[in-house]
Amino acid sequence: MTLFKRKEKATGEILAGGESAIANKEVEGLSQGQIVRRRFFRHRAAVGALVVLTSLILFVMTALETKIGPIRIPGWWKWTTEDIPALRFEDCPGGTTGCPTLSLKPGAGFGFGTHPFGQDDIGRDYFALVMNGARRSLMIMFVIGAVAGFIGVVVGSLAGFYGKMVDASLMRLVDFIQTVPAIIIAAVIGKAVGKVGPLYLALFLGILGWTGLARLVRAQFLSLREMEFVDAARVAGASNIRIAFKHILPNAVGQIIVAVTLIMAGAILTETALSYLGFGVVAPDVSLGLLISQYESSFTTRPWLFWWPGLFIISIALCVNFIGDGLRDAFDPRQRRRITKKDRLQAKLHTKAGA
Amino acid sequence: MSKENILEISDFNVDFWVDGVWYPAVIDMNLGLAAGKVTAIVGESGSGKSTTALGLMSLLASNARMEGSVKVKGEEMINAKASVLRQFRGKEVAYIFQEPMTALNPLYTIGFQIVETLRSHFDMGPKEAQARALELITMVDIPNPEQSILKYPHQLSGGQRQRAMIAQALACDPALLVADEPTTALDVTVQAEILDLMRGLKDKLNSAILLITHDMGVVADMADDILVMKDGVTVEHGTSDQIFSNPKHPYTQQLLGSVPKLGSTKKRTLPYSESAKPAPVLKLSDVTIEYPKRGRQPAFTAVKNFNLEIYPGEIVGLVGESGSGKTTVGRASIGLLPVKGGSIEIVGKEIAGANSKQLSDIRQHTGIVFQDPASSLNPRLPIGESIGEPLFLAKLAKGADLARKVEELLDQVELPRSYRNRYPHELSGGQRQRVGIARALALTPDLLIADEPTSALDVSVQARFLELLQELQGKLNFACLFISHDLAVVDILCHRIAVMQDGLLVEAGDRDLILKNPKNDYTKRLISAVPVPDPKEQKIRREARLALKK
Repeated sequence: MTLFKRKEKATGEILAGGESAIANKEVEGLSQGQIVRRRFFRHRAAVGALVVLTSLILFVMTALETKIGPIRIPGWWKWTTEDIPALRFEDCPGGTTGCPTLSLKPGAGFGFGTHPFGQDDIGRDYFALVMNGARRSLMIMFVIGAVAGFIGVVVGSLAGFYGKMVDASLMRLVDFIQTVPAIIIAAVIGKAVGKVGPLYLALFLGILGWTGLARLVRAQFLSLREMEFVDAARVAGASNIRIAFKHILPNAVGQIIVAVTLIMAGAILTETALSYLGFGVVAPDVSLGLLISQYESSFTTRPWLFWWPGLFIISIALCVNFIGDGLRDAFDPRQRRRITKKDRLQAKLHTKAGA
Repeated sequence: MSKENILEISDFNVDFWVDGVWYPAVIDMNLGLAAGKVTAIVGESGSGKSTTALGLMSLLASNARMEGSVKVKGEEMINAKASVLRQFRGKEVAYIFQEPMTALNPLYTIGFQIVETLRSHFDMGPKEAQARALELITMVDIPNPEQSILKYPHQLSGGQRQRAMIAQALACDPALLVADEPTTALDVTVQAEILDLMRGLKDKLNSAILLITHDMGVVADMADDILVMKDGVTVEHGTSDQIFSNPKHPYTQQLLGSVPKLGSTKKRTLPYSESAKPAPVLKLSDVTIEYPKRGRQPAFTAVKNFNLEIYPGEIVGLVGESGSGKTTVGRASIGLLPVKGGSIEIVGKEIAGANSKQLSDIRQHTGIVFQDPASSLNPRLPIGESIGEPLFLAKLAKGADLARKVEELLDQVELPRSYRNRYPHELSGGQRQRVGIARALALTPDLLIADEPTSALDVSVQARFLELLQELQGKLNFACLFISHDLAVVDILCHRIAVMQDGLLVEAGDRDLILKNPKNDYTKRLISAVPVPDPKEQKIRREARLALKK
């Protein structure tokens, strides 16, 4: 009980803040953005994940040829998904063919080799296939994040800001969408839109995935709406739109970013699940989930066909989750750094003369 | 110091770790406290008084370190084993905190919580503990003890909750009671009762009390000894009479000088003559304001048939206790709340039933300063933008012209121009409140509504703020509705005073008339409950008040 009280007091003091409030020393002279950045970079796992994800995206995106309209940017990898080179027999264990040539052992064998991820059963380069699949999966992930984020923020803001009838009707819509078993609808519609391409699948999944975010944004708006600075803006003559977008939304942005990151982490898994079940991305398009399902039967003879896409799915989802975690900590004002024994011993005493 | 001291603090230091540096919060403190005595630690926010209180029993966060010695009944508490500390906490040293709502667990009845304290320290059966809890609740004067013991914290009023907290704190007959701002969250009349209760219990149980407060009136009412702290350093330590009548340290003198004292300001003349009143800036006639029903909660009438007129150039104080509807009146006067009945006119224009276009026109004549400096500024906007917003939205200034006007406004409230690009969290409470005034005055309003603008500020900051407000009012000559629960502040500032109780206007009139010669019983009680920062005078007032109660 006393512990609770103490925490409350500590924050209260910071808020009421005398200039001498010690707790404020850490944020002296910094803007909100700088504080968040500083806290984020203190979270080692999140920073690591950010580095890994960024390099992964660069790696995946530059590996193969990119076509944007008439512009063609060549990739650095020698095979394409259409090439069907001969299956490799050398050095493969137990009489299998097309095994990976990637070797991380230092020495003579170190390097990518001709087919680092191996070949599939007809000889296509699996590295090219996985790169292509990862590309699609990443695209789907970002589109879902953007669509769900946009709808969630708009619906949540409207419901939270206007309240009453607007709130009631929008929230019933949210209830309705949440009760619909998304995976089945997605399966049905995925079957239909699968033929038109993965972009439409992503759009559709985005349209189903915004409900949690909308609730969160609504809750944020409801509490921020009662803050005195909102009244101050109203007295100053600000319109509803200005209050919602200039005064309330920026204060909810932290929560929104965190929620969207977590939606994206979930999205990549949903896409995988749907494609695996055969309702998501359909051949000749590829995605990581589709790769796993296509080569499901060769799992015993060619296990790498399963491992590589799996590894990519896990790394991407994990990285996005870690980044979301780091952001959540960074945006939480109550988050304090843990102090180790070493920190305690190394710390210098602030000159008492000044105090 | 003598052996009988319950609490013996010597060379006590507390430091906080922030980014690799230890910042001192309490420096070389020495204090001895005997049974049956009250020592008050006073100081402004950030002076280390609460840190001291929590540090005694090692209740501070993990980024704090403590040095020196704290002895309770001769036993060392610094670096003591957790089991020893646990034995002392609650049993020998009990705490009363500021906010009883958060200090009591909302999931359990108050009876349960007292029984829990009892049974964790004594070998006691449930029945026995229940009986003792009932006894304690009776002792702290909670009405209907048998029923109250089964109530949850939210079912009690603020004062009753604080009483329940005290009952829990006293459960084990503690030798030392640490009261950290025990009455700050309470209304003055309730505060007076709680202080009476604490005084009575101290005499009965012979406990020592360490009282932590920023309210010099409470100190004058309770303390035998006073310790004045500033930035962690004990600047002065002496008996109550010594400190109040003959403060030695300049900081103590300054602190006592900035405490507003009821009935000490000279006569103030109205800026207009009674016979030829100008047209009122704000005219509330027969105003009724209702909070509409929500679900099963019935509609609540917050203000009933309220009449008040404010003329150009005068400051009218609106006082009352929490829940009396004074803030509601303020907010309705600026069109932030709909009016159920009656009319509100600002410079001759009707607010009740005005559409949003008309409202925004009327609002150009008004400004409002809010209570809470922490939430009244948008944390994501630099303060220059907050101040300039009314000008920008009224399309009175843009670009470089706006920047120049914002700088002028900052000059007016005596903040450096460079603060334009700072964010609210970089400013202290007093500075934020100045920003609030600058924003309210941006459109040079005819009417300023100030809703408890000083209640979150330290006394010295408050004194400066009130001076500034008076200066500005003298210069710009706006009319002002000053809402406050603090009669002493209203006394300093206002020409006229209106007193509210339960949504009704009970009395209104000239400042001197209301403060010196109140007609209404409630006003009388309110005025007599205000503690005066002078031990001798406060003693007389206390006796007078107790006589009035009988």
